Amino acid sequence: MLGTLRSIWNVFLHLWHKKETVQYPEEKPYLPPRWRGRIILSRDPDGGERCVACYLCAVACPVDCISLQATEDEHGRRYPEFFRINFSRCIFCGFCEEACPTYAIQLTPDFEMAEYKRENLVYEKADLLISGPGKYPDYNFYKVAGTSIAGKDKGESENERPPVDIRSLMP
Amino acid sequence: MEGPAMSTLIGIIIPLSVLFSVLTVAAGLIWLERRLLAFWQDRYGPNRVGAYGLLQPLADAIKLMFKEDWVPPFSDKPVFILAPIVIVITVVLAFAVIPFAPGIVVIDLNVGLLFFLGMSSLGVYSVVLGGWASNSKYSLLGGLRASAQMLSYEVFMGISVMGVVMMAGSFNLGDIVEAQRIGWFWIPQFFGMVIFIIAGLAETRRLPFDLPEAESELVAGFHTEYSGMKFGLFFVGEYIGITLVSAMIVTLYFGGWLGPFLPPIVWFTIKTFFFICGFILLRAAMPRPRYDQLMSYGWKILLPIAMANLLITGALLLGTM
Repeated sequence: MLGTLRSIWNVFLHLWHKKETVQYPEEKPYLPPRWRGRIILSRDPDGGERCVACYLCAVACPVDCISLQATEDEHGRRYPEFFRINFSRCIFCGFCEEACPTYAIQLTPDFEMAEYKRENLVYEKADLLISGPGKYPDYNFYKVAGTSIAGKDKGESENERPPVDIRSLMP
Repeated sequence: MEGPAMSTLIGIIIPLSVLFSVLTVAAGLIWLERRLLAFWQDRYGPNRVGAYGLLQPLADAIKLMFKEDWVPPFSDKPVFILAPIVIVITVVLAFAVIPFAPGIVVIDLNVGLLFFLGMSSLGVYSVVLGGWASNSKYSLLGGLRASAQMLSYEVFMGISVMGVVMMAGSFNLGDIVEAQRIGWFWIPQFFGMVIFIIAGLAETRRLPFDLPEAESELVAGFHTEYSGMKFGLFFVGEYIGITLVSAMIVTLYFGGWLGPFLPPIVWFTIKTFFFICGFILLRAAMPRPRYDQLMSYGWKILLPIAMANLLITGALLLGTM
């Protein structure tokens, strides 16, 4: 009986406790940088597209919401002809970000993407591409990759030795 | 204006204003309960519709009215429709005998207290019939629990208030309030008051005695099959019931409209409001007992206490006469 009265009193005292509620539209909650929200495509520090259209994100996606078509520009750089994410299917699992070999696809701390029409949730490349490098400011895939593109031959990347002549017997 | 016309006018104005204020308070309680419960759970509760969320009941009412009013094809239709009407009618009728202030009472009935007890007993029919007419298992279980709970708690509700009747020497609620000028009855009738509050809680099917509803066990108990405004009537009936029991506690044990400085109606409102908040606090703080615990608690503890209270009060009154 006394215990019951005490618990009633303790509940009453909660009137003056701090509220747990975050009054959302006025008061935004803190989202950590690695929060898995709206997906973007980033650019390398030089401003070029990071995406090399390898399809790994589309393969990793468990709900098949990513579709793209690879193509190549005059310098030999691969890039997606179109890149489409259907956010009405996306479950924000972040597998695409993990699969991406060039840090191109990234998830951002933003979730306010409600729409009145379902079709508006299909984001094209123009909607996805941002102007900056995202979470990896210094990474430039073509500067460290062994592929040759216009203006950079094999062996000219950072920390890369010239290619070995496999037909030579010399060490 | 001459005498008879004036009294007729008053006879129309008072019931209408009582009905209006009771329904307004019941609507306001929907907001108040959600707000207070939220505060006691470290939340804010509804605070978006209007200032401080005060228009929330209006939004709820609009929602309920535009919902599909579905009568299950497997139900007993006339009884199914009758049940929610009964609960609202009985609780509103019981308000007729409550004296809000000297002269402000719908009928100055000399068996006012018995009328209240009778009306609250009739209210049980609503729950039982609703549970039965729904023709579904959960509703039937809810109705079954309601009937058993009401039967057992009604008994000592009646017995607990008899101490007050003996002390005041009247069943008229106005006379009972007047009799408390020498001292409020909650001190000499402390056990009677505690038992009346507990029985009143059980009577309104409020937590911790909401076994007929028991949303964690029985979906929604007796009103599982109800929707739209029929559910709304059960809802409103429950809130008017809280107000009624609070008003009765105030009238019987806490001196009704009596109090210094402020006008009588204000005192009555303040006291009633206090007990309404108490009911909501109990809901926030207490768990629901098991069915057998509820019954044994009622019959083995509360009934003997109520009987002993009755006997001792009677003996003391006879001794001092």
